[in-house]
Amino acid sequence: MGDQDVHALAGVDLNIERGSFWAISGASGSGKSTMLNLLGCLDRPTSGRYALEGQSIATLSDDELSDIRLQHLGFVFQSFNLIPQLTVQENIELPLFYQGIDASVTAERACAIAERVGLSDRLKHRPTELSGGQQQRVAIARALSNNPSVLLADEPTGNLDTATGQSIMNLLTELHEQGKTIMMVTHEPEIAAYAQFQLVMRDGKIESIIENKNRVAGGALA
Amino acid sequence: MMNTRFIRNVRLGIKTLMLHKMRSILTMLGMVFGVGAVIAMLAVGEGASKQALDQILKLGADNIIISSQQPMDQAASGAMRVRMNIYGLLYNDLDRITQSFDTINQTVPAKLIRGQGRVGGRTLELRLVGTTPNWFELVSRDLLTGRVMTELDIAHNANVVVLTEHGARKLLVGKTTLGSQVRINQGYFTVIGVIKSESSQSGTMQTPDQEIDAYIPLNVAKERFGDITVTRSSGSQTRELVELHQIIVQVDSIEHVESTAAAIERMLSLHHPKEDYRMSVPLALLRQAEATQRTFNIVLGSIAGISLLIGGIGIMNIMLASVTERTREIGIRRAIGARKKQIIGQFLIETVVLSVTGGFIGIGIGILIPWLITMFADMPTVVTLWSVLLSGVISIGVGVVFGMYPAMRAANLDPIVALRHE
Repeated sequence: MGDQDVHALAGVDLNIERGSFWAISGASGSGKSTMLNLLGCLDRPTSGRYALEGQSIATLSDDELSDIRLQHLGFVFQSFNLIPQLTVQENIELPLFYQGIDASVTAERACAIAERVGLSDRLKHRPTELSGGQQQRVAIARALSNNPSVLLADEPTGNLDTATGQSIMNLLTELHEQGKTIMMVTHEPEIAAYAQFQLVMRDGKIESIIENKNRVAGGALA
Repeated sequence: MMNTRFIRNVRLGIKTLMLHKMRSILTMLGMVFGVGAVIAMLAVGEGASKQALDQILKLGADNIIISSQQPMDQAASGAMRVRMNIYGLLYNDLDRITQSFDTINQTVPAKLIRGQGRVGGRTLELRLVGTTPNWFELVSRDLLTGRVMTELDIAHNANVVVLTEHGARKLLVGKTTLGSQVRINQGYFTVIGVIKSESSQSGTMQTPDQEIDAYIPLNVAKERFGDITVTRSSGSQTRELVELHQIIVQVDSIEHVESTAAAIERMLSLHHPKEDYRMSVPLALLRQAEATQRTFNIVLGSIAGISLLIGGIGIMNIMLASVTERTREIGIRRAIGARKKQIIGQFLIETVVLSVTGGFIGIGIGILIPWLITMFADMPTVVTLWSVLLSGVISIGVGVVFGMYPAMRAANLDPIVALRHE
């Protein structure tokens, strides 16, 4: 475990402490998505250096990048991105399946994680049978199943109503408190307020980094 | 562990395909009909060729059959001018052939005379076959009752006859078969045995025996009926002198059949300036039939290849559409950490499940159709094991070959672009 150095976009120099909670905001085209893709090892920097837990990403092969995503990262998307033909349980098990872990073990772990996000009674359902908030919980459970050190969230509340969005944010805050590093892209100030640090991007550069003094406390609004 | 993962992949593939049942079924149809048609066509072809081969084999693959035949010019000039047609194989030919070649096991002469059999009020047109006991070795048929001709019958010039099942049934209804007297052309013959006949009117091949045969000793035939046949038709008469109508030669081994046939032909041509005999070599016919079957198989194979190609292209088309449709799913899987190889595996398995399921249904249809053809059209069909196995293998092959391109395309999608895909 170590620090994360990011040289990205145009002269971006950023150190992300393990266990910190960041909100990345900015207008569209400001480079926040590229930033998240880089952080998520979906993209490689054309020049410069990005190291995740001390390992430089730029020189890795496609398979090695896949393995890093599989072992260390979890993704949560705005549109949930669950696989419709799989049940809730199978969706949660997916990263474990690609890790080649035995079916009995993955089932056990999926149940435990589903319980953690409050969905243990929905395991056999299809994603389409769930509400938006429930689907996002499944997505978070899936992102957690491989026990990643970093969670990457791209507008996780963008498709949810305010109350549901808050409950999802409470869940993320809880995970942060349990030690996960969370990188979240959002354009909503109320959502960004949950993070420890707010990174504002503009034209591919870091405009400002603000430390949130008045953080919304985890679970306080629940 | 790889194994259980593979099984999970297959189960997932089936599940995914089941989401679009109609589409999957329609996609499989190409394979179903391709494979079904191939197996059915091969079964019909194989049945027909087996029938032909069986018939040829009844002639004996190690036999050479030499028959007398009226020379062309003689036949053309007709009965008007020539008072007596003299042609055909001679008793001398039989001796010459028997003595000249050490590759020959035995020779069987046959003198064929048209006659009328009569028992009481019943009559039957017969083909009298004057021959020697070894006829029954060469043209081996089931003995139904009694015995066949022996050397003793020859030695005693015995007036005995062996009838076919057909002849016995027509002439001897309700009578004790063995020992009955049959009157044939002014002579009385004692029935000593009845054999089965393998000849069939519908067959294109001629077997040496016919169902209207009545077998008598050659020397008896020669003495009683002579060598001259008189045919009367519309006031004119044709006289023919033919010593032997047929000589069947059995060669000691199949390898020697063709060379022996060529040698006999050379020898006969020395003594027969006009071509008044015809040689037929069942082995040559067999070879010919096999060659025909090979050609037939090549044609079938081409048709099969084309239909399977079309089936494969149909599957590839649908899989490409499926990849486009599931771009986002591919992006999700890649983001989670699936390697390209695993994406390829997933799509390849789906394609192979489609093609193999289609292939299996096709095999079922391919077995059912020949069965129905045999049931209702009474045509022989043979579903060969190799055609079924080959179809199974080809089904897998089609899935892999035509699934590879869509699968590669899925795997090579940029995960970022794929995730953004609507």
